[in-house]
Amino acid sequence: MDAILQNRKLQFVLLLIIFILLCVIVAPSDTNILWRLPPLIQGLPVAINDSVEYLMSDWFPIDVYDPEIEDYEQKPLLKEVTRAVSNSILFLINLVREILLGGVKTIVTFTSWDWATENPWARWPALPWTVVASGAAILGYALNGPRLALLAGVAFVYIAVFGQWEPSMETLSFVLIAAPVSVLLGLALGVWAYKSRAVEMVLNPILNVAQTMPHFSYLVPVTVFFGIGDHAGAIATVIFATPPMVRLTLLGLKKVSPEVIEAGMMNGCTERQLLYRVQIPSARRDILIGVNQVIMQCLAMTVIASFIGAKGLGHNLLLALNQLRIGQALELGICIVLIAVVLDRMSLAWANKQTDYFADLSFVERHKFSLLFLAVFITGIVLAYFGTFFFKEGLNYLYLIPHNKGITTEWFWQAGVDWVWDTFFYVLKDFNEWLIKSVLLPIKSAYLNMPVVATFALTMGIAYILAGARSALIVGAFLLFIALTEWWDRALITAYLMTVGVVVSTVIGVIVGSLCARNDYATKFMLTVCDTLQTFPSFIYLIPVIMLFGITDTSVLFAVVVYATIPATRYTIEGLRSVPPNLHEAGSMSGVNRLQRWLTIELPLALPHMMLGVNQTVVFALFMVIIAAMIGTDDLGQLILKSLSDRHGVGNGLTLGLCVAFIGLAIDQVIRTWAGERKKALGIG
Amino acid sequence: MKNSAPDNVKISCKNVWQLFGAGAKRFLKEHDYRPNFEQITEAGIIGGVRNVSLDVHEGEILMIMGLSGSGKSTMLRCITQLLKPTSGEVFFDGTDLTKISGRELIEIRRHKMGMVFQHFGLLPHRTVLENISYPLEIQGIDKETRIAKARELVDIVGLTGRENYFPRELSGGQQQRVGIGRSLAVEPDVWFLDEPFSALDPLIRKEMQDEFMRLQTQLHKSIVFVTHDFDEAVRLGDRIAIMKDGLLVQIGTSEKLVTEPADGYVKAFVENAPKAKLISVGKIMKPGQSGDNGFEPVNSDAVLEDVAQRIMLSEKAVPVTNKQGEVVGSIDKATIVKVLFEA
Amino acid sequence: MPSEVVTSETDQPVVQCDSVYKIFGDNAVRMLQSANGVVDSKSFHQAGCVVGVNNASFEVHAGELLIIMGLSGSGKSTLLRCISRLTEATAGKILIEGEDLLSMSSKQLIELRRNKMGMVFQSFALLPDRSVLENVAFPLQIKGTSTQESIKRAKDMVDLVGLDGRENYFPRQLSGGQQQRVGIARSLAVEPDIWFLDEPFSALDPLIRKEMQDEFLRLQSVLSKTILFVTHDFDEALRLADRIAIMKDGVIEQLDTPANIVLHPATDYVAKFTEEVPREKILRVESVMDPVDPAEDVSDLRISKDAIIGTVAEAIVTADKPVTVVDKNQTVVGALHASKVIGVLFGSHAEH
Repeated sequence: MDAILQNRKLQFVLLLIIFILLCVIVAPSDTNILWRLPPLIQGLPVAINDSVEYLMSDWFPIDVYDPEIEDYEQKPLLKEVTRAVSNSILFLINLVREILLGGVKTIVTFTSWDWATENPWARWPALPWTVVASGAAILGYALNGPRLALLAGVAFVYIAVFGQWEPSMETLSFVLIAAPVSVLLGLALGVWAYKSRAVEMVLNPILNVAQTMPHFSYLVPVTVFFGIGDHAGAIATVIFATPPMVRLTLLGLKKVSPEVIEAGMMNGCTERQLLYRVQIPSARRDILIGVNQVIMQCLAMTVIASFIGAKGLGHNLLLALNQLRIGQALELGICIVLIAVVLDRMSLAWANKQTDYFADLSFVERHKFSLLFLAVFITGIVLAYFGTFFFKEGLNYLYLIPHNKGITTEWFWQAGVDWVWDTFFYVLKDFNEWLIKSVLLPIKSAYLNMPVVATFALTMGIAYILAGARSALIVGAFLLFIALTEWWDRALITAYLMTVGVVVSTVIGVIVGSLCARNDYATKFMLTVCDTLQTFPSFIYLIPVIMLFGITDTSVLFAVVVYATIPATRYTIEGLRSVPPNLHEAGSMSGVNRLQRWLTIELPLALPHMMLGVNQTVVFALFMVIIAAMIGTDDLGQLILKSLSDRHGVGNGLTLGLCVAFIGLAIDQVIRTWAGERKKALGIG
Repeated sequence: MKNSAPDNVKISCKNVWQLFGAGAKRFLKEHDYRPNFEQITEAGIIGGVRNVSLDVHEGEILMIMGLSGSGKSTMLRCITQLLKPTSGEVFFDGTDLTKISGRELIEIRRHKMGMVFQHFGLLPHRTVLENISYPLEIQGIDKETRIAKARELVDIVGLTGRENYFPRELSGGQQQRVGIGRSLAVEPDVWFLDEPFSALDPLIRKEMQDEFMRLQTQLHKSIVFVTHDFDEAVRLGDRIAIMKDGLLVQIGTSEKLVTEPADGYVKAFVENAPKAKLISVGKIMKPGQSGDNGFEPVNSDAVLEDVAQRIMLSEKAVPVTNKQGEVVGSIDKATIVKVLFEA
Repeated sequence: MPSEVVTSETDQPVVQCDSVYKIFGDNAVRMLQSANGVVDSKSFHQAGCVVGVNNASFEVHAGELLIIMGLSGSGKSTLLRCISRLTEATAGKILIEGEDLLSMSSKQLIELRRNKMGMVFQSFALLPDRSVLENVAFPLQIKGTSTQESIKRAKDMVDLVGLDGRENYFPRQLSGGQQQRVGIARSLAVEPDIWFLDEPFSALDPLIRKEMQDEFLRLQSVLSKTILFVTHDFDEALRLADRIAIMKDGVIEQLDTPANIVLHPATDYVAKFTEEVPREKILRVESVMDPVDPAEDVSDLRISKDAIIGTVAEAIVTADKPVTVVDKNQTVVGALHASKVIGVLFGSHAEH
């Protein structure tokens, strides 16, 4: 008995025997609760629907003055609140959008549609694209000198020249509202959690769920509460982009050296001064990473937000994908990445700006950038005016390059795709059929033929061996929720796609990462590749795989593998590179060869971090599996996608979302606990 | 130890350069292996070690002493080939380490070198015993033999009873004992110590220094010992090499450094050194057989600390005798005052 | 160190600690109450408490430099933090210029820190996002001083510590020694009465450390602050202190002048530090001089009775006659013979 308690290998063997026995013994039967649990919480989605309905239409009525009927009217509080939020966000988005693109909605907000129709002159004119592009360059220069100016200028000119001006500015206006809101909200929550342990305890599980829930599943509730449109997209984005900001703010604040805080206190700071002038500025590194994450998330969400009415690049990208126009999708993708990079660099430069106390400047010197912009503004408008004489048919390329009237490289990419298709058709087809028939289908049926009791024994057993009794219970609770819904089999399919994807990604990631980590240049190169790939909206990964494998499980699997290999590779490299140099030297002086170094020094020390990479791989894989519902799967994702178009989809969407999140969180619980204990034992991290 | 035969050279470094930066090798060639400080800085290169030549004799303790950034650790890594020198030769028992293959180097490290690290460099996932037996495991020695050997070393470094502790369960001093045990596991010819006691608190440091001297009197290894602590260098070293900005400023016995500092930098360290403990009478006496004036003589090997009081209180010069009792010179109060007080 | 230790009884001490305890742990207060003032760190440790400071009582007078010396874990930094109230003492009384520190409201405490206290930290504790000048101006801006005025004052401070020309550098662009100069300038910006230094030079190279110690002595000779200085370096303590408190496991093992500590170590632990200290570096002329003998032929050379022997040894042993010893008012108080100095220098190692 002692031997079993001491030896993990023995424990695993024992667990495997129990698992196989259970699989053999338990007979598949609808009435056998060892085979499948009864769907006891089948009614949950309906209950959620009812409560949402009640909250939105009956709960806490208040008197609201209605100017139309000149009297007070009873309206539900929540609806009024959400409507007020929607309206203010929509107003802000439109304001920014109309500064960039022109329009009438802002004027309407202050007057009325009737008035605007009667007065056709009252239109907000768009800024000429030349002014916006040079304005961006000037801002870049003011913030960080010529390099940023060049980057900003080139990015905006690219967008204009490739005919993506209008959707890009729509996306930009959306991000310029969603990102600051997320940053401020995240900062506030982060600070609050830092100050109060209780808040942190409450916030932590919420953030966990918010970060592991598939995006699709909270689109439905957002539409129910806030309707459809740009603002709904922005709110969904904020929900998704805020958690990393909270996390990083909290992390940054916790990392501020106690001596720095003491120095602030000894200087006589009040609580408030300490927070705003010592702690937050000192935590800026992590907070800025948070800002960067927010911007990336905002742009990654553009496609998904377009499902609930957000306009812009994401919407167009979705259309291009549906029409399988790979070249156009690529050009749109580049626009998204460019906007992301420019915004990221600018926010960074802004935060790093320094004041010169001794410069004695004249008026012109102090206001040179404003004056320069004024000059550019006037020049741009004059140019645009001359443009009206030059160009015919209502097109004025010096004012606005209309959508899809710019240059394009689509034909080039299309030709490339056609060539691949013509050349490798049979090879791909054979490979695809082999993979599905002899690998994927057997695995899938193995998953589906697992009795529920065996699944519980296996997962909880692993959790117990690796992370202790508490983790085993938590894992069991997560699984129980899924098992009691009517979607256990669907969840098994999701789990099957996810595990196959994670295993393949991890193997690739560990091999590639281990090879790259040997060399400084390869490390730098591979980390840059990972950074770049991660900024692409996840949808982009679906383009090439559909082209190659059509609408099959193979496509899903490939998309998952490509996407999920990113964190596996990154964490492997980071883990291996973080092995302290003196351990390497100790190894060298003991005369290790490469393999011995990898096996006895690098791997044991990097393993906890690499396992956290596997954790991320799981999250990435789950996201991709769910998104892949777009190309047809038969798992939880497909049902979530269906609930999107259902008027009563809130309950289904949320419950399904929770199922997916719980798969992720169960794995997270085990890996994180194990890695944390291991890191502590190794004295790292 | 003090008087090891100078002809038994164990390690010999000839014109070792270690430059950090792109194109360092080409830069060195272009400047005929003699670039000066300005040229190096201008090229955006960092001069880790600049043209250092030194010998380590069999059985001696050579201290490489310098402040942070002086290149002392880099020099040690050039000798052990943990860093490939940009140029220069490092002879180990007559073999040029810079020219041998990776496999040969591994063999030499496995059997002839042992190294102790400043921050211990212990593998955190292994116990004391497993850490000490690690180099033997790497050589492929069977488990029984290596465990037996490791147990022996655990006893030698005074950790008996803690074989199955993990590094995290030990204090800093104990961890370094494990590091020392590991470095001795393969019975190396040359022992490298890279600031082994710098991370320890002063009382423990003193204790470990004593322990180190005790081990060395048993083992008689050839030792290269890096430190930033001049007192430690004086206390433990047979010879001291002082480095600054990658250059070897001076190398010699502590007595030589104290009596003939090569420049102001060496002087700055020597100033606070206990001169009276380091300088022997013979070094500063006035030579000549005529010194015998009937006063009780002092031995030429005696350090000033032990005899100064008598010399200074004596009205006349005191005769100095060698081991055979022959008068070889004389020493008076003025000479001592000059040596001890004149900066 | 000039030895103007003010010890007059009527003078109110600037800092006064009376049985100060700091014990970490959940049930520290209860444990302390039941211990009746006798704290045994072993039994406390078993109860899950860590003893930081164990019954510390002492006074620091105006213009005095008290060094708290101890190895890591000795409680020296904790004691400093109790006196600056960065941590709350578990029990005891701390008076700052006669006022009870522990009963002050947070508002009073902030005022006290803004106007009377300055502190220097081991790892410099500079704000990473602010330039040298902004770091030094920070305490003034916190007080509400106008930007212009605080920048002007900060510039003076930057000049004082010898960093002019580097006002716009960021901490990361400076060497360790320079960063600590910024830390010193910042702590002096508000012209504090009490100056706390927490291992200010421990993170620096020995040569730089020596240079910074000289710089510190220069500043102190100009400013004459009341100073509490924490270090783990016994040599540093000897070099700088008026009085030294040696701590171990939270207890002050001995509190005395450097000379008394070296000559009469109170415990074995203290003796471990003093073992190798050359006596000429701590003994003053006064302790080895002979009374005035009018009949004796003395040299014209005059030395202060407070001079450290090591610093005047050469002059005395080369002089052919005994040297006259005088006090602050140039009154002759004794004569010093070369043999006495030689005895101090080499006496303990005599052959016989």
